Amino acid sequence: MINLTNVSKTYLLGEDIVRAVDSATLQIKKGEYASILGTSGSGKSTLMHIIGLLDKPTSGKILINKKDISKLNDDEISQLRNTFVGFVFQQFNLINKLTVLENVALPATYYKKQLDFNPMKRAAELLEQFGMEKRLNFYPNKISGGQQQRVAIARSLIMSPDLILADEPTGNLDSKTGNEILQILEDLNKKTGVTVIIVTHEKEVADRTRRQIYIKDGKVVDKY
Amino acid sequence: MKTYINLIKSSFDDFKRNKVRTFLTSLGIMVGVLSVVLLIALGLGLKNYIQGQFESLGANLLIVFPGSVFSDDSGAGGNFGAGFAGGASFDEKDVRTLKKVPDVKYVVPLFSKSMALSSGKEKKLGSVNGSSEEAFEVMNVEIEEGRPFGKGDVLGKAKKAVIGYTMAEKLFIDPKLAIGETVKANDVRFEIVGLAKKKGDRQMDDGIFVPYTATYGTLNPDKTFFNLYIGTVSEETIQTVKVAAKEALLKRYNEDDFSVTEQSQILSSVNQIFGIINTILVAIGSISLFVGGIGIMNIMYSTVTERTKEIGIRRAIGATEKDILSMFLTESVVLSLLGGVVGLILSAIIVWCIRFFFPASLNLVAVLVALFVSSGIGILFGVFPACRAAKLSPIDAIRYE
Repeated sequence: MINLTNVSKTYLLGEDIVRAVDSATLQIKKGEYASILGTSGSGKSTLMHIIGLLDKPTSGKILINKKDISKLNDDEISQLRNTFVGFVFQQFNLINKLTVLENVALPATYYKKQLDFNPMKRAAELLEQFGMEKRLNFYPNKISGGQQQRVAIARSLIMSPDLILADEPTGNLDSKTGNEILQILEDLNKKTGVTVIIVTHEKEVADRTRRQIYIKDGKVVDKY
Repeated sequence: MKTYINLIKSSFDDFKRNKVRTFLTSLGIMVGVLSVVLLIALGLGLKNYIQGQFESLGANLLIVFPGSVFSDDSGAGGNFGAGFAGGASFDEKDVRTLKKVPDVKYVVPLFSKSMALSSGKEKKLGSVNGSSEEAFEVMNVEIEEGRPFGKGDVLGKAKKAVIGYTMAEKLFIDPKLAIGETVKANDVRFEIVGLAKKKGDRQMDDGIFVPYTATYGTLNPDKTFFNLYIGTVSEETIQTVKVAAKEALLKRYNEDDFSVTEQSQILSSVNQIFGIINTILVAIGSISLFVGGIGIMNIMYSTVTERTKEIGIRRAIGATEKDILSMFLTESVVLSLLGGVVGLILSAIIVWCIRFFFPASLNLVAVLVALFVSSGIGILFGVFPACRAAKLSPIDAIRYE
């Protein structure tokens, strides 16, 4: 499903060239439940952003469903972010001025073709699935972190993506709530077959996934 | 279509959250639109007023002015001040000369002077208009009560007067009570025989009409007239009469001392003058519109910065650069239009209010221009901030705190 070949990302920090991702070659298959494990500053977030098409690599080749990403324009890449990937962030990244329900339905407004579902109805169903049916018209800053993360997961699912990218999804949560969120992601992978990649610096979190990808100093390594 | 409705709706949602800021930002555009529309309304109103004055004089009319006010070569108002201030004064001899010109139906002299008019109890400044009995037809003066003065009054130098409606109100409170009373101009007493209908013309409404022969003496010691109105028998003869009248007057005056003008010529001069005045007024008003536009740009830039994270989130869930661009562009256009519409409503109210004492008229063109310009300003000044928002890298935006 995703093929990275010699992907590097460098940027300038003052006068130093920082190699955030260094010649990463990686393959992720459909239906995988994987984690990217690394310390802070190891380049794991940058790698995730590249996989999630939020960031462009400096060099290397990315194939998504055998399509070369470098040949796509902004409209096409945006459309892939809309339908192919769903993001779950450590900071939740919900829009505070929109209600929980509107947040979950928001990606549907950026779909350029005819929708084959009613976004509000679908959003309500997803929220109900995560036990949020009583919070539909709440604003994100009025609910707890764990609840916000459930909303974020619901939002990532509304366009039925092939891949869910979770960047430190438990980082801002206590361990009990964190566990619940991980359980939700695990269940999603099991029940719907959606590919789930969790980016984390915690070994315990990574151990719960079926595959661990280690990253150190920007390089993908076999052992941590 | 639905996307646009959504975009507009979300703009309004944002405005609701920032009411004060929205108000202050659109205030700039509001004041700009207000000033432009109001200045156009005043300019147009004044133009229509003056145009109306000349149009109400009736057709087939030539007007003889002192000086080269409206002469063909001097152009619009070339010598306006000089002509009106000094120049030749006409007298009864000129009236007789002009009456001999073929195809002339009538020649009406007009003497006009501002002075204090007194009813005995009240004393007000007004104008004394001395003319002949034909003046009522030429100047479209209609009689509300009583009668006009007639040919006999003119020949008999009768001290009879028709009083303008406004002056009658000022001097006698109930205008109809004026009939039969006397009005004193300087030391000359006139008996009021008629009350003129309100005409909307200050000189006529705020004065008295008397036989020109009755002004001879202290009011008009030189027995002169300011204007002569020449009526022709038909429209076709206007040009020939104009040439003939000029020739007749040239025997007595220099070319620069007088001008014979058609109504249409005056109208085009009025149009030309007001065209220039209006352009200047709009240019002045546009400055405030421009400043309002800068206000919008300023606030949009800060909105973009403030909402950087939101932009990042929207990009992450699939918004394209164009989506972000149109989101911010819609917002600035709606913001600007909002100011435009409010400004327009305010100017409509103000125009409606000042209409009672100053001619002003709001026209459709001004309204459309105001709306068009204010949305144009929204686009013009919103496009740079919106582009900046659209060009933000998704990952930098989402990390922005």
